[in-house]
This record gives sequence, structure tokens and C-alpha cells, in this order.
Amino acid sequence: MTGKFTPKVVTANALREGDVVYMKANDDWTRDLGEAELLTEEGYAKLRLLMAEGQPEYVVGPYLADVADGENGPRPIHFREAFRSAGPSNYFHGKQAGLN
Amino acid sequence: MYNYNDFDAKFVAERNRQFRRQVERRISGNLSEEEFKPLRLMNGLYLQLHAYMLRVAIPYGTLNSRQMRQLANIAERWDKGYGHFTTRQNIQFNWPKLRDVPDMLDALAEVDMHAIQTSGNTIRNVTADHFAGAAADEIADPRPVAELLRQWSTDHPEFQFLPRKFKIAVSGSPNDRAVIRAHDIGIGIVKRDGRIGYCIIAGGGLGRTPMIGKVISEFVTQENLLPYVEAVVSVWNLLGRRDNKYKSRIKITVHEHGIEKIRSLVEERFELLRRTYSGIDIKLFEEITAAFSPPEFQKVSAGEFELAYKSDPVFESWADTNLAKHRAEGYAIAQISLKAHGQTPGDATSDQMRAMADMAEEYGNDELRISHEQNVVLPHVRKSDLPAIHSILKKHGLATANIGLASDIIACPGMDYCALATARSIPVAQDISNLLKNLEDEIGELKIKISGCINACGHHHLGHIGILGLDRAGVENYQITLGGDATQNTALGRRTGPGFSHDKIVPAVERLILTYLELRENSGETFIEAYRRLGMEPFKSALYDRVHAHAAE
Repeated sequence: MTGKFTPKVVTANALREGDVVYMKANDDWTRDLGEAELLTEEGYAKLRLLMAEGQPEYVVGPYLADVADGENGPRPIHFREAFRSAGPSNYFHGKQAGLN
Repeated sequence: MYNYNDFDAKFVAERNRQFRRQVERRISGNLSEEEFKPLRLMNGLYLQLHAYMLRVAIPYGTLNSRQMRQLANIAERWDKGYGHFTTRQNIQFNWPKLRDVPDMLDALAEVDMHAIQTSGNTIRNVTADHFAGAAADEIADPRPVAELLRQWSTDHPEFQFLPRKFKIAVSGSPNDRAVIRAHDIGIGIVKRDGRIGYCIIAGGGLGRTPMIGKVISEFVTQENLLPYVEAVVSVWNLLGRRDNKYKSRIKITVHEHGIEKIRSLVEERFELLRRTYSGIDIKLFEEITAAFSPPEFQKVSAGEFELAYKSDPVFESWADTNLAKHRAEGYAIAQISLKAHGQTPGDATSDQMRAMADMAEEYGNDELRISHEQNVVLPHVRKSDLPAIHSILKKHGLATANIGLASDIIACPGMDYCALATARSIPVAQDISNLLKNLEDEIGELKIKISGCINACGHHHLGHIGILGLDRAGVENYQITLGGDATQNTALGRRTGPGFSHDKIVPAVERLILTYLELRENSGETFIEAYRRLGMEPFKSALYDRVHAHAAE
């Protein structure tokens, strides 16, 4: 094995609403990062991304984002993903104001 | 002001009809994202971090009250009750749903507005001096030229797939308020032997490789303007690098080939193009110019203004910072700050937009302007009406007296919204603004400009203090530049050294300002003047050597 694989989630923007979504284990999409499927193996993560790319009628621009395994499910590592999972810092809008 | 003719209205309606069908086909699965993306971008629709974003053009920053009210309605009905005014005189709605966008575009069309060419590799919204038609120092109103260029460039078949985006700005005054030297083409109206003509500047731009534009022609006559500009764009269209998007802008083309070679190619091309212009552009320009004829200014006493100025210190302070000299006696240009302390630069709520529309209608010849500094302008107001205007502004949280001061900060949306951003801009602006609130009158004129990525929508290179937010190993990091200048004396700021983390950037700016206050010759010497006299060293030392000394105090 070469290097340690950083766990991932599949994330994208919803086609109709434009907001941030994450892929669940049952192929559905959730707006709550904590409910996303935690992908701990590289090959499987790539496969899950392919599955997401096969759903262009629901999502735009799916990609794999680094996460850590937390008490309440996956949590963001990079600040960009932290903002995506919460919303902007200047107004109480977006996910922090309630999942829509 | 220019109103759509039948052709314009039909064109926009047809585009909106097409886009409605394109959205339907995307949602029903008949268009892939790869097919849909260029279509939505052609209509100003981006997909950002948290949502779609619709960027609406405000040509040369001019709006009437009806248009401003419609923007307020759109924000309320399909967004979250506010809009964000940008450094290119556009407005952005941050939260639309895909299915609603065609309705938003139809609502815009009702008031002669659209989002066409606010994205993509096309000629973008033509910007102009926000004091156009009102400024005391103006040679001629730049808006007729800007409108002519808008009509020429909209859906121009040759220029729909340019090497990259292309931005044009026009100034009618020797005091440049439109940043014409930092545009792909900058046009300055000049007078020679009593004749009006145009000084054409090419190859300016900010972003990753900032360049100050170079004069390609000192004087282009009115008859030659459109073929000359077309020649510049078409020479670049052929030469511009399509193999590398970091080298595709005209600033790189001019830099790589040299202005002399570009000039001779443009002149060659111009000779060919000139013959294809039949004179219709001149006729059109005359019609457009008539549409922008100035209002009839009345002789009115400024007695009420003088009285309020003497008796109300809050009004006095606002008048001192927010008014600019108007060409007509008894009139003023009133600038409405969208930089309330601690708030998001450039944002206005629907209620505020309506209040500004009402004031324009009641007191301001029904005209509003959006400045590239993200403020709103009432260009023609009687000085005697200013006390009444000020009291309305106060009621709506719009009376901040800080135009040109430290808290009048340009900031791009940054990583709070933008998918390209590498760090946040808005919270940095909010914190600096709060910090300097009580000190800014003492500081005097200071331009702070913040970008959340190298693309420089926040014009950081041109700030007296420029701040650039980057991602350094997964942490927000902010570089500082000093000595930038956005006026006719355009200068690019110089980097001070290593960047600062998000929690250290505001104290770093504070150290710069305290150093300035300590070292300035007198209260009349501005920050930029002191920087030019003292050079980088004392500021660098304040940023990097004296950190511990200050912390220990």
C-alpha cells in the first residue's frame, strides 16, 4: 500500500436548487454532510464518483472531497468544504439556516 | 437615458424565450451539463459554492428608478431580499433556483435589462465613470460611447468566442474614475484643437499578471472610433493565445508582441474595416447622444444646504465625504455608501433599493449610478434638497459618511460565495471597517481593496493597501500590497512580504495605519502620499519587525 488514503465523500451541487449535496450509501443525495457515505478505500471512492456522474439529472459537478470521520459522521477537513457545508459567513443563509 | 427600441426589446425577448427552453431541456435531461453550461453562462448564470448566481448587467452603471425597483422586486421574489453590486457595475443575485431564472430574466426585460454577456469569452458589460454627465471636470459624457459599444458588441458574431473575456471602460474626464488603464481597452475622451476624440489604451488588466494599459492611439476621431476598436479586438482575436488561459488576455498579447507591433497590425486592420462602415454608426451615435442630453439645471439657492451644514454636524460630516462637485451651480453629486460599518461591501436590501429609487425619482432626475467602488450615486441633486435626502438615507441605513475613507472598501464575494475563490474577502472587509470606524476621519483618504483570489475582482493591485486572500496549505493566507493607485496615475501595488493568517490580517492592517499616522508629515499628507515619500521600509518593518513590540504593549 502506498500512502494513507484520506477518507472522502462524493459531493456536488443540486441541479435545480444549486445547493451543496452529498451522496449517501443508497445512491440518494443528502444536504447534510453527516449523512454522507464515508469512503475509506480509493478504488471504491472512484467507483462511487462514477455512480454520481451517472446522475446528471440531479447533480452538477460531482467530485471527491476530503473528510475526517467524526462523531456525527463525516466532517470537512479543508476550509472550503467547511464553508460549503455551512453557508456564507456574512449572513445566516445557506445550510446553517436550516437544511432545505 | 437610452431606452430599448423595438429591435432591442425583441432581441432580448427572443433570447429569454430560448433560454427558458434550454432550462426546460436541461431539467428534463435532454441537455447535458456540458451542453448547458455555455448556454447558461451566455445568459449570466453561474453555479457558485452554495447556489446559482445570476449576474445582471447595468450598462455603464446607469439605472432609472423603475429599473432599481425591479431589481428590488427580483431580489425579494426570487432571492433572499438583497443584491450585490460589483466592481464592474453589475448586480449579482446569490440564491436563485434554476427553474426561476427564466422568470427573473423576463422581469429584467420588462425594464430594459438583461444578463447577456455578463460571462463567457465575450465583450462584457461596458463600464464608465459613475459621475458621467454630472462631473464638473468632464470633457464629454462617456455614456453615449459606452452605449454605442454595447450595441456593437452585443451578440457580435465575430466576437462570441474570443480567446478570453474582454472588458472595456470609458472615461469622459481627465480624472479617471473608471480605471481605464486596467481594462482590455480603456477609452479616454480627449479634446484636441476644439475637437472631441478618443485616446485608446490597450492591454491593461489585473488578475494573475497585472499590467497597466498602454496608449495604442493618442487620438481617434468619432468617425473612426468603432472601426478602430473593432480592429483592436479582431487583431487580438487572431493573435490571442487560446492554448493557455493564463496567457489569453490582450494584456499578454500586447506584452508578448509589443505595443508597436500591435499598433501597426491594428492600423492595417483598421484601414480595411473603416471602408466597411457606411456611416450608420455616426447616425446611431447622434441618436444615442440625444438620448443622454443633460437635464435642465435650474438656478436654485443653496440656503437650506448651508443652514443644515452649519447646524447639523452629522450632515456636515456626510456632506464633506459623500458629495462631489457637480458641473451645474447649486447642484451636487451625492454618493450613497453601501459600506455601512461591519456590513458586506456592495450589498443593498430590497428596501434600500426602493428607497434609493424613490429618492432618484423625487430629487434626482430619475437617475442612479452604480460605481465600480460598489456604491450608488445620485448624479444630479439640488444642494437645497440634500438635507431632506440625508434624512431619508439615515432612515434606511444608507447615510454612512465614509466615501473615500478607510471603510469604503472594495471586496469581491470571496469564498463566502465564489467557486473560484481561495479565501474569504467579506469578513476581512467587515473587520477592518469595524476596527477603523472611529479612526477613519483622522486617517483621511485611503483605498483598501480586497480580492479572495488571484483573479483580482477586488482590484487589490490598485489599492493603497491591497489584500489578496490565498489558500496556503489548506489555510487562508492574506498577502498585502502597498502603493497601488486606481486613478489616471495608475500604479500596481508592491508586495510587502509573506502573508498573514485570517486572524492576523486585520491587526497587520492596523499596524500599517498606525505607522502612517505616526510618520505622516501633517494631517494633510494622505496614506498614499506618505507611502510614496517614505517607501516600503517603515511599513514593512511595522508588519514584520514590530509585531512583538506591539503585542507586548
